[in-house]
Amino acid sequence: MSDQPRSAIVGIGRTAYTRNSGRTPLAMAVEAARAAFDDAGLPTSVLDGVTCFHTMDSAFPMDVALALGTTELEFSNAMYAGGNSVAEVVRTAAAMVDTGICKAVLVYRSLNGRSGARYGTVAGPIEVPGEMQFSAPHGYMLPPQWIAMWASRHQAVYGSTCEDLGQIAITQRGHAVPNAHAISRTPITMDDYLAGRWVNEPFRVFDCAYEVDGAVALLIVSTDLLPDVKSEPVWMLGSSNSQSGVGWVQWDDPTSMYSRSAGPKIWQRTGLKPSDIDVACMYDCFTYTVMATMEDFGFCEKGQVGEYFASGRATYGGDVVVNPHGGLLSEGYVHGLNHHYEAVLQLRGQAGVRQVPDAKLALVTAGAGPYGGANVLGKDKP
Amino acid sequence: MPETPFLPTRPPRPTHETVEFWDACAQGRLVVPRCDDCHEYIWYPRLFCPHCASQRVTYNEVRGTGTVYSFTIMRKGSGPYKEFAPYVIAYVELDEGVRLMTNIVGVSVDDVRVGMPVKVVFDDSIPRFTAA
Ligand SMILES: [Zn+2]
Repeated sequence: MSDQPRSAIVGIGRTAYTRNSGRTPLAMAVEAARAAFDDAGLPTSVLDGVTCFHTMDSAFPMDVALALGTTELEFSNAMYAGGNSVAEVVRTAAAMVDTGICKAVLVYRSLNGRSGARYGTVAGPIEVPGEMQFSAPHGYMLPPQWIAMWASRHQAVYGSTCEDLGQIAITQRGHAVPNAHAISRTPITMDDYLAGRWVNEPFRVFDCAYEVDGAVALLIVSTDLLPDVKSEPVWMLGSSNSQSGVGWVQWDDPTSMYSRSAGPKIWQRTGLKPSDIDVACMYDCFTYTVMATMEDFGFCEKGQVGEYFASGRATYGGDVVVNPHGGLLSEGYVHGLNHHYEAVLQLRGQAGVRQVPDAKLALVTAGAGPYGGANVLGKDKP
Repeated sequence: MPETPFLPTRPPRPTHETVEFWDACAQGRLVVPRCDDCHEYIWYPRLFCPHCASQRVTYNEVRGTGTVYSFTIMRKGSGPYKEFAPYVIAYVELDEGVRLMTNIVGVSVDDVRVGMPVKVVFDDSIPRFTAA
C-alpha cells in the first residue's frame, strides 16, 4: 500500500437477519446500501462503483445502483464466489478507489440464505462439474461434509476433540447473547453442545453457521470525500489472499487451510503480529474453520485451540476477542460480510455492550479449506 | 459385485475428459490418470497434469488398495440416502498416492478408523471401498 492511504471504509449498513424475510435480495441490498450511505452522511449521487459476491441468490450491482438513483457505473462486478472471497471483494473495492478509477464503491452481500436456496441442502438434480463429478456419486456434496472430513483428520493427527470444537461454539454463543441483531442468543453449555443433533460427524448442529436471510453493505470512498463524511473512517492496513485450485480432496494437509499461507503473508505485509490484534472476526462457517485458521494465523499452537477458548483467551479480558458479535455460528450467515461490519463497529467504538475496550486493530478472515483471504482494519490512519 | 447396491448413486455425468474412467468402472477396473512427463498420478481425472501442467496424460489401472485418510459418518441421510443412514463418506488414499472421495461400505460405521486398510469394490459401477 502507498504511504498515504487513498481510501477508507466510511459507511456500514444492514437489514435485520431473519429466518424468512419475505423480501427479494434486491430489496434487502438496497436497504443495507441506503443505511451505509446514511451512516456515512454522503449522498448516493457520489456512487460510481458497486460490487458483490454470490453463489446462489443475489441482486445485480446495476439494479442496486439504479434503486439508489445511479444510472451509470464505472465499476460493476458481481463476483461468482463464496465466503472465500469476502476479503478479496472488499480489497478489490478499495483498490478501485486507491487507483483513482472510482470515488465511492459499495460492497454488499444479500441473500435469502434460510427461506430461499439453503447451503445445507441439495434439492433436485444438480450439475456436477469438475471434481464434483467424483464426489456426487458418493453423496459428498455439502459444505458440512467437506469440512467435517478435514476436522476428522485434525482429530486423528493432533488429538483435538469434539469438546474442543464445543468450546468455540459456546464462547461465540456467549458473545451473541447481548447482540440484539443475532439470530441465536440462548446461552449453551457443554452438555447442551454435546446433546446437539449430529449433522455429520464430528459436527453437531452447534458447529454449523446459522443460515439467515439478510443483507450487509460497506461503503468505501476516496479520502478526497472525507471532509463531507460524518462517520469515523476505518482504514485498510493490509490484505492477503490464497485461493488454490488443488481442491478439497487433494489438499496435502487438511489440518491447515488457506490460512497457512494467507496468515504469514498478512503479518509480513502489515508488520503486525497476532498479539497486536484486538478483535478477530474469524470466518466460521463451521467451528473447525475457526480452529484451523486460529492455528494458521498464529494465535496458538496446533491442537491447542480448545484450551485457548476454554481458558478465556478468545474472549473479553483474554488475548483477543474472537467474533464478538457471535459470528456466523450465532449472529447469522450473511456469507461472511457481517464480519467486516462488526470489525468497523468495534473500531469506531460503537459496539455498545459488546464493545471490546480500546479496540484499535481488527483481523477479518474469509473462507475455509483451500480458499480464502483476510484483511486487517485499523482505527488510526496509517 | 453385490446384487443390490450398498448405497444409492447419483449417476455420474461423464465428460470427454472422464468417460474413460467411468467406462473402466463399469467393467470393474479402477484406472487413474498418470502424467507422461512427471509420472505423478493425478486425481481427479482430467486431461492435464496439476503437478507440472503437462497436457500428456494416460490412464493406468491401479491395484485398488489403500487406507482411510479421513471420514465422516452421516447419521441421517436425505433424499435417496434417507433409507441408508448411517453411512460413511471417506477420503481413501490409494497406494499410488492419490486421494479419492468415496464411501466405506460393508463395515459397521463405528468400526471405521483413520489409517484402516481398504480395497475397492464396485457398487453399481461406482468405486467404493471396504475393509481389505
Ligand atoms: Zn506432470
